[in-house]
Amino acid sequence: MSPLPDPRLFAAILAARSARFASRKLKTGGGSTVPGLVARRVDPKVLTKLSRRLRLGSAAITGTNGKTTTTRMVSKILQAAGIRAVNNSTGANLVTGVTAALVSDSGLAGGPLSDMGLFEVDEASVPKVAAETEIEILAVLNLFRDQLDRYGELAYTGKVIASAFGDLPQGGAVVLNADDPLVASLGRSARRPVFYGVDEPTLDTGRLQHVADSKDCPVCGTALVYETVYMGHVGVYDCRHCDFSRPAPEYRVSRVRLEGAKGSEFLLSTPKGEADVKIGLPGLYNVYNALAAAAVAGEAGVRLAEISRGLGEFGGAFGRVERVKAGDREAFLLLIKNPVGFNEILRTFVTGAEARNVLIAINDNDADGRDVSWLWDVDFEMLADAREEGKTDAAPFTVSGIRAEDMAVRLKYAELPVGPVIPDREKAIKSALAATPPGETLHVLPTYTAMLEIRHTLSEMGYTHPFWED
Amino acid sequence: MLTIHHLYADMMNLYGDRGNVISIKKRCQWRGIPVEVIDVGLTERIRPTGCDLFLFGGGQDREQALLAEDLSGSKGADLRAIVEDGGVVLGVCGGYQLMGHSYETPEGQKLPGVGIFDLHTEPRRPKEERLIGNVLVRVRAPETGETREIVGFENHGGRTYLGEDVKPLGEVIVGYGNNGKDGTEGARRLNAYGTYLHGSLLPKNPWLTDQFILNALRRTDESFELEPLDDTTEGRAFSSVAARVAGRR
Ligand SMILES: [Zn+2]
Repeated sequence: MSPLPDPRLFAAILAARSARFASRKLKTGGGSTVPGLVARRVDPKVLTKLSRRLRLGSAAITGTNGKTTTTRMVSKILQAAGIRAVNNSTGANLVTGVTAALVSDSGLAGGPLSDMGLFEVDEASVPKVAAETEIEILAVLNLFRDQLDRYGELAYTGKVIASAFGDLPQGGAVVLNADDPLVASLGRSARRPVFYGVDEPTLDTGRLQHVADSKDCPVCGTALVYETVYMGHVGVYDCRHCDFSRPAPEYRVSRVRLEGAKGSEFLLSTPKGEADVKIGLPGLYNVYNALAAAAVAGEAGVRLAEISRGLGEFGGAFGRVERVKAGDREAFLLLIKNPVGFNEILRTFVTGAEARNVLIAINDNDADGRDVSWLWDVDFEMLADAREEGKTDAAPFTVSGIRAEDMAVRLKYAELPVGPVIPDREKAIKSALAATPPGETLHVLPTYTAMLEIRHTLSEMGYTHPFWED
Repeated sequence: MLTIHHLYADMMNLYGDRGNVISIKKRCQWRGIPVEVIDVGLTERIRPTGCDLFLFGGGQDREQALLAEDLSGSKGADLRAIVEDGGVVLGVCGGYQLMGHSYETPEGQKLPGVGIFDLHTEPRRPKEERLIGNVLVRVRAPETGETREIVGFENHGGRTYLGEDVKPLGEVIVGYGNNGKDGTEGARRLNAYGTYLHGSLLPKNPWLTDQFILNALRRTDESFELEPLDDTTEGRAFSSVAARVAGRR
C-alpha cells in the first residue's frame, strides 16, 4: 500500500519528527503537542489527510470525567480484538495533540501504521477535531462542572459538542450517557444516537449532591424528577413537564457489585447479548467508564467476548487511581478533578478506611481550575460521620497545595480535625508518609498539578517512575 | 433563633454558594445561637420569622430568565419590602444582578430585576472576555467606619453599572469588580449587599459573616453582641489569597 506522494504532507511529517526529537532531548515532559503544532504549520490539512488513511476511521471520546480511562479501556479492547489503534497521549487532547498522534503514527509517505484512530478530545475542541477528522463514533461521557472559568456555562458546552454532530460521516454514531440528562438531551440533535446507562437501584444514593450541574430539564428547564441518583446529577430521571425522559439504553449494566479498591463486577447487556464483566478499577464511576468503552467498541464492531476480555485485562490509567509502594507503607494516589469526583473518591476509599491517613493537596493553576470555591460543594461532612463510626483517633488530615489554607478552612467548617497545613507539596508528602503507621495506606488526594509534583517527589524518593518514561 | 433563607438553593448554588450558607450556620452554632436553613424554591413564598438572613446566589443564564419571572410577582415585592425594612440580604453574582433594575442576557433578552439597587447589568460584548480571577476589595464598614479588605473569586460575563442612588460595596484593589472599568465592586443599600465575589466569600472573610449575623440578630435585640471566635485558620486563608493576588497589583 503506497499512498500518493504529497510533498507538503511529507514536509509536515518530517518537521514534526525533528520537533519531537528536540523536545525529547530538552526533556520538556513528553513533547506531546509540539510536533502537532509544527506539522499543522507546514501543512494545515495534515490532520484531514492522515485521518482519511485510517482503514477503520476514528472514534473520539469527550466529557468532563473519565476521558483518559475510557479511551485506554477502548484501546485495550481493540488490542484484544487485534485492531491496532493510534491514541493521543494524556493531556494532549486538543486538535494539536490529535495531529501529533497521527503524525507519529505515520511513515514518511503518510501511510498509517494503525487501523483506527482513538482520541480523547477536550469538550471545547470537539467541533474542530470533528471538522478535520472522519469521526465514525463520537462518545460523550458526562458533563460536570469542571474548570468553569474556562468554558463558561455547562449548557453552552453541550451546544458546542452538538454543533459537531453534523460533521460526522453518514451512519456515524453518537454514543451518549443516558443517565446524564444534559448529555442524553444531545441525542435530540444526533442522526444516530446510541445510549448507554446503568440499571442498579441498590446504588441509589437517595439524594442529589450539592452540585448544581444540570438537575433541571435541559429541554424545558423545570426540575427533573429522579427515581434513582447514582452520583451528582447522574441517575434515572424523568421530566413531568415535557416529553423528555431518560432514553432506554442499548448498552446497559446491571447487577453491579462494587468491591472497593479491588474493583467491580457487573452484567453487561448489549445489542449482541450479555456477559459478566469484572474490572480491576474501583468505584461506580469506573463502571460507567467501562460501559462507555463497551459501547464505543461495540459500535466499532468488536465482539462481546473481546469486549469483556479487554475490560478484564485493563489495568488503569496513569494517576487516576494509582498504588505506589513506599517502603513498608503504601500511597494511594487519587486524582481530584471536581466536586463529584471528589465525593466519589471520599465515598469509595476514605470513608471505608475510617478517614485516616489522608493528604489533600489543592492547587489553583490553570490545569487545576483557578477557582477553588467548589471545595464547598464537596461533602466532607461524610468524613466526620465515618470518623465518628470508626471512633478513630488517628492522625488528622494533612493539607497541602497553593490553596492549602482554603482547604483547612473547609475541613474546619466540616468539623474535621485540621492537621498540619503544609503548602509545599514536597514537604507535605514526606511528612504525611512519615505520619502513616507502617503497614497502612496513605490516601493522597491531589488536584492535577499537585499530583504531578507529588508523583515527582515520590519518584525522587525512589518509589515510582516519572510517567513519561512508561 | 436565626433563619437563613436560601433563595433558589436548588438552582443557583454554582460556584460554591453552599460555602456561604455553611459559614453562617457554623458561626452561629459555635456560639450556641440556634440556626435554621430554609430553602426557598421557585414559586415558593418567602416567610420571614423575625430574625432572618436572606441569601440569593449565582446561577446560569438559562436559569436567570426563570428567576426573573418568579421574582416579577409577589416574591420580588416581598424582597423589596424586606430590604426597605432593614432586612439583611446578600446577593451574589446572578442574585446580585437580579437585585438591580434589569439584566440583559448574552442573547439580548432584557430581564427585569427586583429594583432593590439602582443599577443595571449589560451583557458581555462579542469581543469582551468573561471577567475571571481572584479579587481583593477594600470595603468600608459603615457600622464601625473602619476599612477592611475582603478576598474572593469572580467569574461573570455581565457588566454592572451603578446609578446615583446606590453605593458600591467597595473599591477594587485587584480584579475587575462590577464592570472592569470604574473600579467599583458590588453594591450596598441599608442592609442589602450585592457582590460578584462568589462561593467562599464568607468563609475567608469571617468578619463580614459576623456583620451579617449581628445585623440580623439586632433586628430583635438591639444590644446583641457576638462572642469572638478563634479565626486563625480563616485569617491564614485570607492572607494566603491576599498575598497571591498582591502579585497582580
Ligand atoms: Zn422538560
